[in-house]
Amino acid sequence: MNLHEYQGKELFSKFGLPVSKNTVIASADDAVNACRDIGGNKWVVKAQVHAGGRGKAGGVKLVSTPEEAVEFANHWLGKRLITYQTDSNGQLVNSILVEECTDIAKELYLSAVVDRGTQRIVFIGSSEGGVNIEEVAENTPEKIIYEPIDPLTGPMDFQSRKISKVLGLDGEQSKQFSKMLPQLTDLFVTHDLSLLEINPLVITQGGKLHCLDAKINIDSNAIYRQPEIQAMHDPSQEDPRESEAALNDLSYVSLDGNIGCMVNGAGLAMGTMDTIKYFDGSPANFLDVGGTATQDRVSKAFKLILADPEVRVVLVNIFGGIVRCDLIAEGILAAIKEVGVSIPVVVRLEGNNADIGSNILAKSSAEIVSLNNLEDAAKKAVELSK
Amino acid sequence: MSILVDKNTRLLVQGFTGSQATLHSEQSIEYGTNIVGGVTPGKGGQTHLSVPVFNSVHEAVEAVQPNASIIFVPAKFCKDSILEAADAGIKLIICITEGVPTLDMLIVKKRVDELGITLIGPNCPGIITPGEAKLGIMPGSIHLEGSVGIISRSGTLTYEAVKQTSDLGLGQSTCVGIGGDPIPGTSFIDVLKMMESDDQTKAIVMVGEIGGTAEEEAAEFIKNNISKPVISYIAGQTAPAGKRMGHAGAIIAGGKGTAADKIKKLEECGVHIAENLLQIGKKAKEVLD
Repeated sequence: MNLHEYQGKELFSKFGLPVSKNTVIASADDAVNACRDIGGNKWVVKAQVHAGGRGKAGGVKLVSTPEEAVEFANHWLGKRLITYQTDSNGQLVNSILVEECTDIAKELYLSAVVDRGTQRIVFIGSSEGGVNIEEVAENTPEKIIYEPIDPLTGPMDFQSRKISKVLGLDGEQSKQFSKMLPQLTDLFVTHDLSLLEINPLVITQGGKLHCLDAKINIDSNAIYRQPEIQAMHDPSQEDPRESEAALNDLSYVSLDGNIGCMVNGAGLAMGTMDTIKYFDGSPANFLDVGGTATQDRVSKAFKLILADPEVRVVLVNIFGGIVRCDLIAEGILAAIKEVGVSIPVVVRLEGNNADIGSNILAKSSAEIVSLNNLEDAAKKAVELSK
Repeated sequence: MSILVDKNTRLLVQGFTGSQATLHSEQSIEYGTNIVGGVTPGKGGQTHLSVPVFNSVHEAVEAVQPNASIIFVPAKFCKDSILEAADAGIKLIICITEGVPTLDMLIVKKRVDELGITLIGPNCPGIITPGEAKLGIMPGSIHLEGSVGIISRSGTLTYEAVKQTSDLGLGQSTCVGIGGDPIPGTSFIDVLKMMESDDQTKAIVMVGEIGGTAEEEAAEFIKNNISKPVISYIAGQTAPAGKRMGHAGAIIAGGKGTAADKIKKLEECGVHIAENLLQIGKKAKEVLD
């Protein structure tokens, strides 16, 4: 799960990390008060969406009068911001962060991730901030440090000194960073983060470290024990079908093709998409219906798939493991009847009692093509999609 | 011969009396697996599926001497259950449960490594040595005793590879589902090592997917250490970047972990690529013939 920048900064504040004085507004009318409350004569206004690249897309602006802030809010609230990280529809702007303007002396990069290789939380720091870190890693790897944190010891002072050196911090800033590193680790562990990124971490004109941005992702597996984070969930930033799927405990990702896919198991679901592509078709979605593929789950899955107007044919690929295929076939028929599916459905059943299952489907009056072999099923689905 | 499990494996089931554990334990017993007992705290003293239930792994170890444990408890209890089995001295632990928090796994993985324990999973179908023992949720009927070792990050995709190798008469030596999470207890490399030294395994099928760099690391290891032919299929060639494809570990992040990168690296390291999942069995047969 992703958080907005303003939510990330709330968490930063809570853990003692330096962020700018700010107010988040959901109405342009509040912009003037927000600027007054913050004080000063320059403010930064930032559209809040779950995507990077906002600056280049016009979603961030430096303003020098409250009226300009109102104008910015009027322009963006309720509109969709399209950046290089969003799809062509962009993300809905529901709120604007109004911030005190920070005078920047230098921009740095700092992030923390769960690294699969070292199997540790790893801090990544670079003296090159405000830019695409992948490019820095590619072109000037010597400017990046990767520092893994031992779960037994937590972050140590010597590690903070190592990172400070690569960031190019002076003595006072290093001292400040040695406080920030444990605070960031504490935040990461307390709230089950999978990614924390501050790009840029800046040195202000006054010589202090300051978190100018906040990107936070939370481990979905741990959401159950993060009530505070659950309350920050913003469904408006997600594909509505993906949110709906998540509510029904289905794993769904929408794609731009026209062959709806319903598969049991994530790996096989990806494999099915690949197979469709291999035969020159185009998958409309990834959908893992889960190991059991009961009528209820299959019905919900059909509803999701059919909510996509592009879908012309549905390919159901079920490897019946423990659950018998004849039961799955009956579930599929009942679901098709319940949902009222009017486009062709190609079903491939494999596993226990696959023959009986296929017979049940073949005999039904519905527009179902039942094939035991994935190759034939995928080819048929592609043919029907053209 | 086989790896990790055989007829002599004495299996304990944690979360034994739950519905999933019961269903899969019945199937395992039917397959010939020697389940010696189970653990459900608070239900100690009962008998379930004709074997004793214990309140703790320690009590079970004392009474029925299991040498492997399979875990079906809900995700939030997995850290505790794995560490309990580890503390009780069990050296092979299989965690089937999906949805274990990643930070729990960081701690668990460090601990099991220190103790020299093999942890398979979480979020995996388990292990099977056809004709010997089934410690997992895979359908036993599709398996055939044979010569192909299968390692996979995905459950149902493993079944495809199994079915294809069975249909072609090759069969399997041992199949290990290492699971789809970012921090798996056992890596491709761990299993590759075991299969290299197993006489029964003549070829190895490695089923990978997008996300992380486990396949790339395995490729490098294969080039330098594996003499047996390795066939690989990578799922997610059509997956978009930045989206989690079901498995917690299956995500292309920051441009890394794409199927194309993995396939390129595997090819460079001499691994036979099944371009499509339909070709896994055929490729294995070609290589073995």
